[in-house]
Amino acid sequence: MLIGTVFLAGLVILLTALLVIGNRFLPPESEPIVDQLEQLLPRIQCGQCGYAGCRAYAEAIASDSVPINRCPPGGTETIRELANIMGLPTKKLREDLGQASLDQVARIDENLCIGCNLCARVCPVDAIAGVPQMMHTVIAIHCTGCELCLPPCPVDCIELASRND
Amino acid sequence: MTFTRRPAPHVTPTPNLQLVMRRVLYALIPGTTVYIWFFGWGLLINIAIAVATALAAETVILRIRGLPINPSITDLSAVVTAILLAFALPPLVPWWLPAFGAGLAIILAKHLYGGLGSNLFNPAMVGYVILLISFPIEMTQWIPPAGSETSNYQLGLRGHLIYTVTGNLTPELNIDSLTQATPLDQVKEGLAEMRALGEIQSSTLFGTYGGHGWEWVNVCIALGGLYLLYRGVIRWHIPVSLIASLISCAIIFNAIDPGRYTSPSFHLFNGATMLGAFFIATDPVTAATTNRGRLIYGAGIGTLTFAIRTWGGYPEGLAFAVLLMNAAVPLLDRYTQPRIYGHN
Amino acid sequence: MTEYQIYRGMTGGIRLAPRKELSTAFPINRDLIPNQLIIPMKQHPGPPAIPTVTVGERVRNGQMVGQSDSIFSAAIHTARAGVVVALEKRLIPSGTHLIESQCILLDVDTGATEESTERQHPWPDIHTNRLQAIRDAGIVGLGGAAFPTATKLDTKTICDTLIFNGAECEPYISCDDMLMREHSSEILLGVQAMIDLLNPKNCLIAIERDKPQAIEAMQTEITELGNERIKIAAVTIKYPAGGERQLVELLVGKEVPSGRYPIEIGCVCQNVGTAFALGELVSKAKPITSRIVTVTGKGVRNPQNVEVPIGTTIRELIQHCGGYTKGATRLILGGSMMGYAVSSDELPLTKTTNCVIASTDDEVRTSYQESPCIRCGDCAEVCPVRLLPQELLSPSKNFDFQKLDSLSLRDCIQCGCCDVVCPSQIPLTEYFRNARNAQHRHTLHQQLAETAQLRHTNKQERLKLQDEQTEKFRNDLKAQVAENSDSRQEAIEAAIDRAQRQRSLVNHKD
Repeated sequence: MLIGTVFLAGLVILLTALLVIGNRFLPPESEPIVDQLEQLLPRIQCGQCGYAGCRAYAEAIASDSVPINRCPPGGTETIRELANIMGLPTKKLREDLGQASLDQVARIDENLCIGCNLCARVCPVDAIAGVPQMMHTVIAIHCTGCELCLPPCPVDCIELASRND
Repeated sequence: MTFTRRPAPHVTPTPNLQLVMRRVLYALIPGTTVYIWFFGWGLLINIAIAVATALAAETVILRIRGLPINPSITDLSAVVTAILLAFALPPLVPWWLPAFGAGLAIILAKHLYGGLGSNLFNPAMVGYVILLISFPIEMTQWIPPAGSETSNYQLGLRGHLIYTVTGNLTPELNIDSLTQATPLDQVKEGLAEMRALGEIQSSTLFGTYGGHGWEWVNVCIALGGLYLLYRGVIRWHIPVSLIASLISCAIIFNAIDPGRYTSPSFHLFNGATMLGAFFIATDPVTAATTNRGRLIYGAGIGTLTFAIRTWGGYPEGLAFAVLLMNAAVPLLDRYTQPRIYGHN
Repeated sequence: MTEYQIYRGMTGGIRLAPRKELSTAFPINRDLIPNQLIIPMKQHPGPPAIPTVTVGERVRNGQMVGQSDSIFSAAIHTARAGVVVALEKRLIPSGTHLIESQCILLDVDTGATEESTERQHPWPDIHTNRLQAIRDAGIVGLGGAAFPTATKLDTKTICDTLIFNGAECEPYISCDDMLMREHSSEILLGVQAMIDLLNPKNCLIAIERDKPQAIEAMQTEITELGNERIKIAAVTIKYPAGGERQLVELLVGKEVPSGRYPIEIGCVCQNVGTAFALGELVSKAKPITSRIVTVTGKGVRNPQNVEVPIGTTIRELIQHCGGYTKGATRLILGGSMMGYAVSSDELPLTKTTNCVIASTDDEVRTSYQESPCIRCGDCAEVCPVRLLPQELLSPSKNFDFQKLDSLSLRDCIQCGCCDVVCPSQIPLTEYFRNARNAQHRHTLHQQLAETAQLRHTNKQERLKLQDEQTEKFRNDLKAQVAENSDSRQEAIEAAIDRAQRQRSLVNHKD
């Protein structure tokens, strides 16, 4: 009886030791968590989450446990993926943070554009082409619908349209 | 004019669950009839208790889980589980044995894993194994078949019912004189006592091919299984690989030492072989889902059954073999996926 | 005695009740003259055609009303003379859903004498101009994808086998069958024209085994032509033998690589309807303006095949066939397996609408109550692509894109075979369709996100570089100014020096 217990206990200790040593010398490959989180975000740098860019939000989730439902362009899909990787429950998307979405693109009304170049400077992905004093245009395939170009325009000539047109 | 919109395809599906389960029940009729003929009313009583408990248990657990009763009850899956469990039990058992087993099968093995389609282990086998390990005496009270020398079958339906409900036999009868080991059990015990197979198998408990009575039951169950194959309820991969592997092992070892290892036909026409091959191992939820995986699954069950029967601690190894292979199913499914059209 | 080879042995597939007797009892009806045509500008994969007519303009029969330069788009011609009433966006059927497209609304001159559309597009004698003629005539693949035929035929890859798909495996649809019965000569003209353009080693016309009249008619015509390269392949009656990839596997024994086209293994597939349109172009110089549509189901009074001018509304078509019967509850565009149910009959018929089913409740699936999957694997047995629907179900419900990629959901042809055999009656194809659409969107978003990240990083670097350059420029300027001020000082002193010397020289002279 005693021998059996000692034997089994010894076996357990030996196997656990093997596992720990194995983990130390052959650790599983994994990216740092912040990089993984950043890859799950849309990376359009719209800032509607309240942080200075997508990487900053990823860092905040990783280290400060901020809620994962703050990314409007990511939507429920991103929330689900973030929840999966962080082991958290899913939450409903915050509707009040903004409406940035990858399904929309900005469009400049050429009749009203005055060439002030303020929109191009603020676009995080250089999707607006234009020289100062000349007409500007949005390169639709690169526009991510982040909405950052709308506030700076002094003549309000930019509007949002569906990407499928 | 406006019309209702529904997704394609607009063709009504050909089968439905209840039809599939009903066909399984039809296929069990010949086996059940022959079983009752040889071993008495016990099976019928056990079926009744198990089915009633299974349905009641399923209703309760569905309520607790907040799921609708329809179609979970009407698809008859609980009924099939209960009947297969009843088949695995000895005929002469107290009422609480099939009831407990059926309850365990439905609640523990089926619903606690997520309900129909989500369970990892075969519910009937889980119920049977828990009973076998917990109540070894009751679970080995087998009755000798009608027509064999040791048959002293005097227990009628009434006597049977009284025993089942109260646990008492009529004063003239004795439980020990009424019950006897199965042929598989006799072989195991006999070999342990170093007796030769030929001598063990000379008693009238043993029939032409397998055990007396048991061989007919197995044949009739196999007929039911062939009906299921014909109707497309099951596919040939599991029964064929199970039987083939069992026979192969038996042939090899029987050739090596016929005095210690029983013949292939003895393995085939005894115990739960045919029930396992056509009804239990073919349970789609817990078996492998690809055809290649099924061949490996069936072969694994056949081999393990042979191993446990021959060298293991229990006379009948099918239930354990099934449960062990159930655990291997996710692995099998993962590595036996067929090549997709257009991929190399 | 027809000689043809029977081809069996396709992967998966199921037998279905054909239900073609409803619509094959009568010859093709040709006297449909609709009051109105809604002619869509997008009846092809590429960008919509540009209207070439204006509101109020009177158009004649066969006139081009839409034109496009893209090789993935095709010209559109009107089937009837009339007045253009409006140019507006309308919902039109496209593949398996509805899209919004610019349409030309035409009030048809029903009374006017029929001006022929013939002789408007003469078939060029010069070989090299023929593809353009096909393009100008607006011919697209009439089998469903509406791929511009000229673009498909414009291939540098060698074509070993030219396949004409007359299999028509889906229940209810019989338009290709009737076309082959009544127009075998025109079809063969188109076949020969394509053989001429592609020069394949073999040409096979696939017809289902249970269509003896069509086989007979086509074989008679082939024998008359005496072209030994053309053979009829009688194929198995299993659905979906008529799917392009399945047909290639059946006839050639090779698989089209996933995500690629049959031409990559030397095969070109065309629908017999496309061959017919080409035949009409070759023999009568007609552009494509109408097509044969099967109108069937117990919900329509007189089911039959009708030659329908493109742009006719479903409502007018059904009216022409006697109107709806009392029990008509569902309207399906296409066959009963892959057809798309619509709620309104005000939609126009396009080049690729091959069938309209008005069905009563007893003809179709009405209950969609599903039980849990019991992993019986019957779905995997019938899948023509050898996928595992029972494994795909869970990730499709959860939109687990990684799992869906590893199980290859993108290869699913949405044929519906798995639905029909499922004992739990799970609407598998619908889950797969939804998951596929979400996967599409997800892939697009992934690409946008990757590009956005790259472009943002580039912009950051650009700005950093700009700042560095500005900084350097400022420093250089400061250094230069400092240097300049030093040399300025020297120059001033040198000038003062010179001036002083000059003055002293002048002073000394005195």
